Amino acid sequence: MQTADLPALGLHFALLSLMAIGGVSSILPDMQRYVVEVNQWLSASQFADAYALGQAAPGPNMMFVTLLGWQLAGWAGAVVATLAMIFPPVLLTLTVTRLSANNPDTPLGRAIRGGLGPIAIGLTLASGWILAQSADNDWRGALLTLATVALMLRTRLNPVWLILAGAVAGMAGIL
Amino acid sequence: MPSSQPPIDSAPAAERPRVSPLELFLAFSQLALSGFGGVLPWAHRTLVERKAWLTQREFIDTLALGQLLPGPNIGNMAVMIGYRFAGYAGAAAAFAGLVGGPFLLMIALGLLYSRYGALPPVQQALSGMSSVAAGLVLATGLKMSGSMMRRRRPWLFALLALAGVGVLRWPLLLVVGALAPFAIIAAWRRDH
Repeated sequence: MQTADLPALGLHFALLSLMAIGGVSSILPDMQRYVVEVNQWLSASQFADAYALGQAAPGPNMMFVTLLGWQLAGWAGAVVATLAMIFPPVLLTLTVTRLSANNPDTPLGRAIRGGLGPIAIGLTLASGWILAQSADNDWRGALLTLATVALMLRTRLNPVWLILAGAVAGMAGIL
Repeated sequence: MPSSQPPIDSAPAAERPRVSPLELFLAFSQLALSGFGGVLPWAHRTLVERKAWLTQREFIDTLALGQLLPGPNIGNMAVMIGYRFAGYAGAAAAFAGLVGGPFLLMIALGLLYSRYGALPPVQQALSGMSSVAAGLVLATGLKMSGSMMRRRRPWLFALLALAGVGVLRWPLLLVVGALAPFAIIAAWRRDH
């Protein structure tokens, strides 16, 4: 990626940030489409690596965009990607807070939440699907993904242990 | 510490603890960096249980509004909570605390990745981690869908979003722009 591409990246991420209903996982598919498929700045597996590494560190999930920006264009990329992702929602939140819409339980608020909720769920599942496609090279990878889903639904294990277990399984040559 | 005008809101001001921007910065830094695998539980522990800056009810209300707005819930909560206690300076301090530490951590990981990412054992570890990360995202989506299991229409919107963005790989703006108005009207109609 060229430094000249940074404004376009910033603009795209800033737009996406305003659509991140329920967090960054709902816009992951479009980030991947933009970075991997449209512009081919990273391979699908580099993108999946960045996401996985980001999940292994403490902090809000969305901070993986810092790592993604770093991979794309070093310090400048990290700063642009992070600011683009955090500023629009922060400004919007401040505006709403100032307008003292402090009660989200209005009928319109409920309808918006009720309507956008299922879309956010569909988008989150799409993220998982896209990540699985680039991460799981064969049935063993797919099995690891499915085992993770089962463990997350059945137990209250901290996800970071599962990420670590995935790293160990990978290094042990099981995959 | 100087701060802009505190916001007016429904809770009685006398009961609200005094919190400076510096304290907000430190508290949010700490909870962000303890938050392996999700910051929200740590936010609850720090803000409600340990420091008692917020009541349970205030925490839930802030979370609900944070979920309604785009962006990470915890980021929106940091802004709202910071602003409530110390105006703009508080909002900036809380948010800077939340993202500052993780930003530097990500850069450190990026440096390690560019140096060692191509080594075979690291590649193998990353491949395992990626498979797990994909499972984590899928599980999050499935957990979120627990609330709409019984009803048919929400599933229709979820599946259309999944198909449009995940399978057909259409741009998000297009898919959400087309689905959101219908989804919101449908939800409105169900309630009225």
